[in-house]
Amino acid sequence: MALLEVKNLQARVEEKEILRGLTLSVNAGEVHAVMGPNGSGKSTLSYVLAGKSDYEVTGGTATLEGEDLLELEPDERAAKGLFLAFQYPIEIPGVASMTFLRTAVNAVRKKRGEEELSTPDFLRLVREKAKELNIHQDMLKRPVNVGFSGGEKKRNEILQMSLLEPKMCVLDETDSGLDIDALKIVADGVNRLRAKNRGFLVITHYQRLLDHIVPDVVHVMAKGKIVRTGGPELAHELEAKGYAAYETAA
Amino acid sequence: MNAEVKMMRTAAETQYADALGALPATGAIRGLRAKALSDFIEKGLPHRRVEEWKYTDLRVLMREMAPLAGKPDAGAIAEAKKNDVLANIGAREIVFVNGTFVAELSNLKGLEKGLSISTLSDALSNDAMLPQLLAALNPSKYDAVFALNTAALNEGVVIEVAAGAQITKPIHIRHIVTGTSPVSVFGRVFVKAGKKSQATVVQSHTGPDAVAYQTNTVLQLSVADDAELDIVRVQAEGDKAIHLSMTIGAAGAQSRFRSFTLTTGASVSRHTVPFAFAGRDMRALISGATLLRHKQHADMTLEVDHALPGGESRELFKTVLDDETRGVFQGLIIVRPDAQKTDGRMMSAALLLGEAAEMDNKPELEIFADDVQCAHGATTGALDDDLMFYLRARGIPKKEAESLLIQSFFGEAIEQIENEKIRDAVMTRAGKWLEERSVK
Repeated sequence: MALLEVKNLQARVEEKEILRGLTLSVNAGEVHAVMGPNGSGKSTLSYVLAGKSDYEVTGGTATLEGEDLLELEPDERAAKGLFLAFQYPIEIPGVASMTFLRTAVNAVRKKRGEEELSTPDFLRLVREKAKELNIHQDMLKRPVNVGFSGGEKKRNEILQMSLLEPKMCVLDETDSGLDIDALKIVADGVNRLRAKNRGFLVITHYQRLLDHIVPDVVHVMAKGKIVRTGGPELAHELEAKGYAAYETAA
Repeated sequence: MNAEVKMMRTAAETQYADALGALPATGAIRGLRAKALSDFIEKGLPHRRVEEWKYTDLRVLMREMAPLAGKPDAGAIAEAKKNDVLANIGAREIVFVNGTFVAELSNLKGLEKGLSISTLSDALSNDAMLPQLLAALNPSKYDAVFALNTAALNEGVVIEVAAGAQITKPIHIRHIVTGTSPVSVFGRVFVKAGKKSQATVVQSHTGPDAVAYQTNTVLQLSVADDAELDIVRVQAEGDKAIHLSMTIGAAGAQSRFRSFTLTTGASVSRHTVPFAFAGRDMRALISGATLLRHKQHADMTLEVDHALPGGESRELFKTVLDDETRGVFQGLIIVRPDAQKTDGRMMSAALLLGEAAEMDNKPELEIFADDVQCAHGATTGALDDDLMFYLRARGIPKKEAESLLIQSFFGEAIEQIENEKIRDAVMTRAGKWLEERSVK
């Protein structure tokens, strides 16, 4: 059984059809890339998987380890092991970063039947993971994402990912707005999390992220569907030839 | 020809006139009470055609007057003893039960040097204090609710902080209502902060749920030059109560005044704050958090009056409205012609959680000086869907996610409390409100 199994998924926002029968499956231990032109529905795919209520699923299925994702609330999906790294992480004024991280970690642990972390254990864990991602303690003293640079926000997403220990990570354009140094830090963070029991869906417009996070499988998405699937070489082909062929063909 | 329209008195108005008119006349305040009562009878309860009471029509909201409370018996005192609102802030406590001062629950021993606390009746029998007390009891401008309070004047407390005295231990005045039948309770508190003095006064209002009792309390403050006074109020009345209260203050040159109010109680409440900047370069911070559920109605009305130059005022109010509640904020900043260089900023933000909740948000500026900086803002909104999704996508369940966002919303106002222990205690109470909240 695949870790993430998406079959003929259809979804719309208001009256606009965005996903039009999307099918893909990701096995544990694999990294899949989804590439496609702007407006092909890449971000919608990530939001629908995570459970954002603006999108209405009109057909198809999505399961995580065989369990129906679409029936679950967003927090239940997170507890089951789905993680979405946002393209635009949200600023939450007034909510301290540490309070947020601790609430999230303990909520997920509780749902998974694990004990909540004590304050010292939690602080030790955050310090260790933050250091790996070059996140300063000062940043964590601020409210969630408030006053963070683009790179800091993305690193903060990866920090959350590493603290929540998901099974299936969906990264929505994690490379957008990053310079090359920031990109490397983020990619190293993701690569450290690669594991036999964990899958990744890396959504990106450009091939350059995939130089750092090397995928096992590359999908091309256009007009709400996967239109081609191949190996890492497909990403290079897209970089050379562009998406024009898929936009007209699909 | 203009025909004079005479308003019919409501049942409550008639009951007030009868009950307060029948009070035994006593000493120095006899004339004052009689005058206040006749003023009340002339004005009647404030109603929607009185501009300041437009959103809180007491003629409608207060149909009947509850009978005047009697002296508390042993049972009432035992019940009051269990009251633990803000019990852990290390304060000196002064306790009123059903409007009566209860010496055995109060701690007036070992007063710090420069601090004097006396009951209103003792203060009124002190010839040295009488003239200024009478002047304070009889301000030139007041409304019908204040008139009622004066007409019922019986007991209260007078706190004086001598010039230069630094009183670090907070003084906590508990206004406790007990019992199972509706009563009317009145109270008056005076705080006089001498030059260069410093003090913190806490006032809490509590009573039983499911009892339609009525309270009317006035806090009068006089802050001398260079003094620093902090007021923290916790209005946690029972859920069927009507709570009417005022904070009337005037502060002198270079003084510092801070006031915070947490409102979680009462079925209907109104707090009115007329505050006068009566000296140059004084600074005031007036803030509050109001947390409402079910069908509560809470009205916060401020009038900040800058008469002299260089004043700085900050007003920050946060109102959370769940279910079918109604919140009112009216804030007026007046800058008189001499009050040049005034810097005034007022903000009232409301968070609507209930679909049937309503907020009336009315900040106003009246500026008669030309070299001033004044701004006001009012916002009303719901919880942000994107913020909620972000939190829930991290595994935080709906109720906890909402609580985090609501707490961050009202937390900004609670953060304004200077004293850390009191701030923590107020935050804990507000946190309890969140825990009790049911999520739809």
